[in-house]
Amino acid sequence: MTTPTTTGVLLEASGISKTYGAVVALRNASLSVRPGEVHALMGANGAGKSTLVKILTGAVRPDSGTISVRGKPRMAHSPADARRGGIVSVYQEPALIPDLDVRSNLRLTETPLHKFRHWLDELGIERLDLGRLVREVPLATQRVIDLARALAIEPDVLMLDEMTAALPANLTEKVLEVIGRQRGGDRSVIFISHRMIEIAAVCDRATVLREGETVGVVDVTPGSEERIVELMLGDTVQSMPAASRAAQDRNGAEPRLVVRDLTAGTKLQGVSFELHPGEVLGVVALEGQGQDELFDILAGADRPSGGELMVDGKAVSFHHPADAIRAGLVYVAADRAEALLPQRSVRENIALPFVTRLRRWGPINLGRESKAVRGAIKTLQIDTRAAREVRRLSGGNQQKVTIARWVAGGVRTMLCFDPTRGIDIRTKNQIYVLLRDLAAEGAAVLIYTSELKEIPLVCDRVIVVFGGRVVGELHAADADEPALLRAAYNLKADALMPEEIAAEVVAEATDSPARETDA
Amino acid sequence: MSVAASTVDATRSGLSDAVVVLRRNTWTLGLLVFLAILLVFTRLIQPTYGPTGIQGLANSVLPLALAATAQAIVVISGGIDLSIGSMMALTSVVAASNMQDQSDQFAVAVVIGVLLLGLLLGAVNGAVIVVTRVPDIVVTLAMAFVWAGCALLVLRTPGGGSAQWLNDLVLGPLGNEWVPKAGVVLVVIIAVIWIPVSRSRLGLSLYAIGSNPLAAFRSGVSVGRTKIFAYMLGGLFAALGGLALTASTGRGTPVPGPYTLLSVAAVVLGGVSLAGGRGGVFGPVIGVVILQLIRTDMTFLKLDPNLATVAQGVILIGVVMLGSLLQQRRSRA
Repeated sequence: MTTPTTTGVLLEASGISKTYGAVVALRNASLSVRPGEVHALMGANGAGKSTLVKILTGAVRPDSGTISVRGKPRMAHSPADARRGGIVSVYQEPALIPDLDVRSNLRLTETPLHKFRHWLDELGIERLDLGRLVREVPLATQRVIDLARALAIEPDVLMLDEMTAALPANLTEKVLEVIGRQRGGDRSVIFISHRMIEIAAVCDRATVLREGETVGVVDVTPGSEERIVELMLGDTVQSMPAASRAAQDRNGAEPRLVVRDLTAGTKLQGVSFELHPGEVLGVVALEGQGQDELFDILAGADRPSGGELMVDGKAVSFHHPADAIRAGLVYVAADRAEALLPQRSVRENIALPFVTRLRRWGPINLGRESKAVRGAIKTLQIDTRAAREVRRLSGGNQQKVTIARWVAGGVRTMLCFDPTRGIDIRTKNQIYVLLRDLAAEGAAVLIYTSELKEIPLVCDRVIVVFGGRVVGELHAADADEPALLRAAYNLKADALMPEEIAAEVVAEATDSPARETDA
Repeated sequence: MSVAASTVDATRSGLSDAVVVLRRNTWTLGLLVFLAILLVFTRLIQPTYGPTGIQGLANSVLPLALAATAQAIVVISGGIDLSIGSMMALTSVVAASNMQDQSDQFAVAVVIGVLLLGLLLGAVNGAVIVVTRVPDIVVTLAMAFVWAGCALLVLRTPGGGSAQWLNDLVLGPLGNEWVPKAGVVLVVIIAVIWIPVSRSRLGLSLYAIGSNPLAAFRSGVSVGRTKIFAYMLGGLFAALGGLALTASTGRGTPVPGPYTLLSVAAVVLGGVSLAGGRGGVFGPVIGVVILQLIRTDMTFLKLDPNLATVAQGVILIGVVMLGSLLQQRRSRA
């Protein structure tokens, strides 16, 4: 396993393509990793990173392309196969079996115990009872166990897919230190992270993907972040029709929603902002920065561990989505499956929350209901040819149904979480026009979207969430894609410096898992 | 450093291993205590309850306990098998019709053949589920009809026969009058088949795919193959159950008994999570004994047998509710 290679490349993937139905995930991706380097794989949301990872680890088969390890062709057909070929990966969610103890988990992957102990030590976890059920071990420790297990196998290529994303900072530091020490040997590490500081700290080179294609390989040096961001963006000119909305004068108007110092575990660490009537407020964040928790709390699906919510000037606390709906906060999810009754008709799906609001008991007033439903269908231009079963509608039309149900009831505040995910351009635009219309009629809209270039089309104002807190605010006029992406990576000069944020995350994130351990 | 750590681990293990084993198996231990109380209660209401009673209990428990073991293995791996009763009927009639009026040697070959048949039936169940991706509950429900139909094709009415040695294997006491052969056979079967499997990597994989299939897949477990293996083991235990039926009654019955649903009840009572990944086979076996003993007690109390069935259901819900309440309280503490 440790024979020196004559070629300068340890892992070579080229011409990889993969389509899912009509969606092209990868068109021509390549990756070349040298022995002894820590190699970053970068790309914006939807650039194809996760598909490439799945292909390298054998979870998905590509439509075309070749992969070789140490010069030998090697296309993995399953994770077990990839493992035998020397590629082992660690994900954000640990691949440990919760109902088995740690020792059994090691046996499952045939991991040598003494090496596992060694790496666990190196990673700063010295006392671990191997007889404990994984389920009873704190999540942060589980992540480190997963990493130590992978290191103990001594794979040719260790792939770390966002594994630091949810790690408390003291452990992240240890992990980065250990990864950094892998450099210069015979093996290599592929490192995927949203945090530029981590990339800068441990990586030698970075491969950048955009729209399913490898667009460049960059030597990571001080200042190369800008180059990476440029590559991730491509030649998107800043020609987006800037929203021609005059900043409304809001002096005196009461904010519809006030969020103050909202916290939730380690995921949200004091988020504050205001949402005004007639405004579309965008939330910009990389994946997993706390936006999911924020929307869950606002929609009443989850409870915060601290902070205040005020609707129309009154403090509220939600115990159930019904509370949020009653307070006028309605939620549009990215995943339509969360919101729809797929086997029921368009009418029933639109009327569902509306009915529950009209009256609690007794027969439904069908006349009134159908009038409201018809109005909503018309406003949203829902294609009703397949109206008898919602699951037969296209994704875009399904999403329109989830929005229509709130429009039918008369919406005051709409929370949209990535509402255009996986929807065609035409429907997207219709949805954006609708959101603008709602705002013009006095509704307030809070929208998170993973598609940055659409922010200026729909938003008046943008807040940037990073590491569980609001790190910046932009006006729509300044919110072109490069500016947004820089802000999302927290590279903006007028926001807090990345190092400061990191330091604070260290201070706050460390204490809660520790408490978990004591219990 | 690592050497020191492992020695610490070794010295600690002597002391704390027992504690860990006790803590992990609180549910099974609780069931044992419940069973002991039930036995004392039986003796109180029926002072003549003795070796004969135990003997009868063991005979009625054996096929059901094997069915429960089959079900437990499948449920642990995240599935459910509704065809266990039908597989028992099919294997039972195949055994009875082939052993009738045949030599003892031939009967040995039949027994081996029937066990292989069980593995095959299970493999078909598992393979259909894995290949078609139709939910377990649907496939095994359908297969329950298929296997039951096959059983009627083999033997239209109860009949056939059993080798004498097979009858002798499960009927009667072994040495001491308090030790029923059926009980010994059960313990031996589980010890010989389940214990080695559960300690192997394959056994770990069973728990792994039931507990978290994605993590298992990423850990390099072949989820499909492991699932088929789980159903094969289930089929094997169902075949053993079928043989036990033939051995204890001396013939084959083509119409499936109530074994499928009772096996699910025993699994739940035995502390196996229907969501998969948790539990073992000992809990369900004790669960079977408890369910049977309750029935016996009902007859001793001269209760309407229909009422006894109602009581069985109520006890099942009560015990499981109590269990999850205790668990909640423990995790909150």
